[in-house]
Amino acid sequence: MTTDIGLWGVPLAILGGAIRVSTPFIFVSIGEALTERSGRVNLGLEGTLVFGAMSGYAVAYHSNSAWVGLLAAAFFGLIFGLVHGYICKLPKVNDIAIGIALMIFGSGLAFFFGKPYIQPVAPHLPAISLGWWSDVPQVQAALRVNVLFIAGIALALAASWMLRNTKVGLTIRVAGDSADAARALGIDVNRVRLWSTAAGGALAGIGGAYLSLYYPGSWNEGISSGQGLMAVALVIFARWSPINCAYASLLFGGAGALGPALQSVGVTQGYYLFYAAPYVLTLGLLIATSSTTRAMTSAPGELSITK
Amino acid sequence: MNHVLEKTPHPPARALSLETLGMTMRFGNFTALRDVSIKVPAGSFHVLLGENGAGKSTLVKCIMGFYQPTAGQLTVDGREVEVAHPRAAHDLGLGMVYQHFTLVPSLTAAENLVISRADVPAKINWAREREALSAFMANMPFQVPLDVPVGRLAAGEKQKLELLKQLYLGRKFLILDEPTSVLTPSEADELLGMVRGLTTAGDLTCLMISHKFREVTAFADEVSVLRRGEYAGGGKVSDLSTADMAAMMIGEKELVRSARRVETSGNVVLEMKGAKAPDRSGFKTIEIGDLKVKAGEIVGIAGISGNGQMELMQMLAGQRPLDAGEMRVKDTPYTATRSEAQKFNVRYLPEEPLKNACAPKMTVAENIFFRDFDAKSGKRQFWLDGRRMMAEAARLVGEYKVKTASLASPIASLSGGNVQRAVLARELTGEVDLLVIANPCFGLDFSAVAEIRARIMAARNSGTAVLLISEDLDEILELSDRILVMSEGQIAFETPAATAEIGEIGKYMAGHH
Repeated sequence: MTTDIGLWGVPLAILGGAIRVSTPFIFVSIGEALTERSGRVNLGLEGTLVFGAMSGYAVAYHSNSAWVGLLAAAFFGLIFGLVHGYICKLPKVNDIAIGIALMIFGSGLAFFFGKPYIQPVAPHLPAISLGWWSDVPQVQAALRVNVLFIAGIALALAASWMLRNTKVGLTIRVAGDSADAARALGIDVNRVRLWSTAAGGALAGIGGAYLSLYYPGSWNEGISSGQGLMAVALVIFARWSPINCAYASLLFGGAGALGPALQSVGVTQGYYLFYAAPYVLTLGLLIATSSTTRAMTSAPGELSITK
Repeated sequence: MNHVLEKTPHPPARALSLETLGMTMRFGNFTALRDVSIKVPAGSFHVLLGENGAGKSTLVKCIMGFYQPTAGQLTVDGREVEVAHPRAAHDLGLGMVYQHFTLVPSLTAAENLVISRADVPAKINWAREREALSAFMANMPFQVPLDVPVGRLAAGEKQKLELLKQLYLGRKFLILDEPTSVLTPSEADELLGMVRGLTTAGDLTCLMISHKFREVTAFADEVSVLRRGEYAGGGKVSDLSTADMAAMMIGEKELVRSARRVETSGNVVLEMKGAKAPDRSGFKTIEIGDLKVKAGEIVGIAGISGNGQMELMQMLAGQRPLDAGEMRVKDTPYTATRSEAQKFNVRYLPEEPLKNACAPKMTVAENIFFRDFDAKSGKRQFWLDGRRMMAEAARLVGEYKVKTASLASPIASLSGGNVQRAVLARELTGEVDLLVIANPCFGLDFSAVAEIRARIMAARNSGTAVLLISEDLDEILELSDRILVMSEGQIAFETPAATAEIGEIGKYMAGHH
């Protein structure tokens, strides 16, 4: 049963889409923000995300608990992060090349182990209905919020607070901004980066588990369709701030819902173009906020593609 | 004698004395330091003089534990110690302010200070830290904004913060590596006066590396001079004249004197009118209202770093597009493209030439050939003429005395002075009508400085218009015909060099007028 709410459906669908679609972006981009703040780029998060989706789904199916699946996804993500961080510690290793290798490796491994789990149905992560006050089913649908979304927002605030107010946070920023200064302070730069990458991997694993255990809510090989890579790009757009990462993810999720929403209210002409809205929006905002003459003050100084 | 290395939980409360005995440091066959013994009593202000490569940094690096000396002993407060690594030196109360900055650019001053402490708590209570910091700052003779990312501070402010950091950490023996090279004379006096005050009060001992005799005579108690890795002399500053110290430093060597200034008069070569561009932060505007440079004249632009000189250089070199106004060379609009620069014979010598005017991994010969590789006497060339390149490079390397292992070595393997000479050789070859220079002698030694200044003066005498942007006021005073002072992105003051008054220039540099 649906109530016809006309054009109001569009902003509602965008809001619902923003909340549903943004969650994996929030986790992956905050994870990548932590890694990049420590001075490394981990492009392998796409592979970590896919493997997290697969392993989370498989473990949830066998244990019959979505939460155990989530933990497993985080654990495997951590392992992927540790592998990336450990290999990058070796001399003359380029973090971007390793990231690309791990991206392909992670996806391949997930497809290999994931074949038997395409059919079975695993338990889902719970959602909280924040739309109880409304009789309109579309409103209720839009405001069914998964617990991971709330955790993601809390994570953004916590990560931002940590970077400013704790020794760990300042240490990560020092390691990412000037390895020389970090060594002068007696900080083991490689260790900081190893664990920052591991934490980033664990968060990406959680993002993957959200995909397979909530939305879309099943495991298949096309589940990520590049979301892990987009999340890495979002970090640059968010200027390495965890809170901005959450905003950027919401914006991206909302824009992604524009196409289906317009289609559902009967706009048939060129709605495929609206499917490209998130990419166009990101590109436009990146161009608008960049400058050839101003220094990008917030970029961690140690990030580099040549090492 | 390792037992003295146990950690001291609290830094010593009084100034430390320090002595090196027969310090020797060999790197393979090369002896960087030979049998150097110096004695710095507690509470004294000691200066280490010497040319580049004389072994000053090697000596202080041995003291600070970056190097393990091949032979020799170090005594701190009468006890023989072995400093295995910089941490151990810090635990003894030894600290160092480096020539390059060790602050973390994206952290604020407050964050930099707090994270540098050995005992940072896991959760930082900013309210309490802030209180402690303001109590600490209240006793300091100068202030630094605490809440701005350090990357946005000017070089002078960063240097102050470096010093504040050492004091904040409670260091009682401080090594300063040319701390005033980025400061105005009055700032330098203020900084050194404060260090002097701390040493006289017995709170601090200071060992300063310096090239500036003025600072030595004004502030130091004692001086030690190194030459080619050996102790060349020293003693109480009151017993020595500047000439004595210079003689110890250079030994028997003839300095290249600045070429004499000859009378010239010429047409306006460079003109900037109402030229506006945003600065590197994008929040402020650099505005050059009216700037003219005539043929055969050196116009010096003085100023503290961070007041828009870097942006001015970028505007002139076409790296920073203008929002308004224009640049004219020989009365023609000029946008600093390569073809325009070639047509009007405009040459550049930017600061940090290895970064801004070279391809570091390409060879010396290739770097010297950058101006001519695609043209021969005005005609375009498609193929690179390797033979002509080698011949030209060999000639210029000889003429400008660039010390390099071979023409095929990467230019990054050369020392700073030799990179500067190589770039100067490239830029001054052929006809030059306009030369734009920024900080040409930054970090170079005595004889290299004199030689490079002589080359600039010779270019002027032969009718080149020279715009010299420099943070070294002595350099501006020595070379310029006219002096402009840049402050907060604008030309704040102009005076002919002949009647210039240092006090007045300093006032405008500091922005008080």
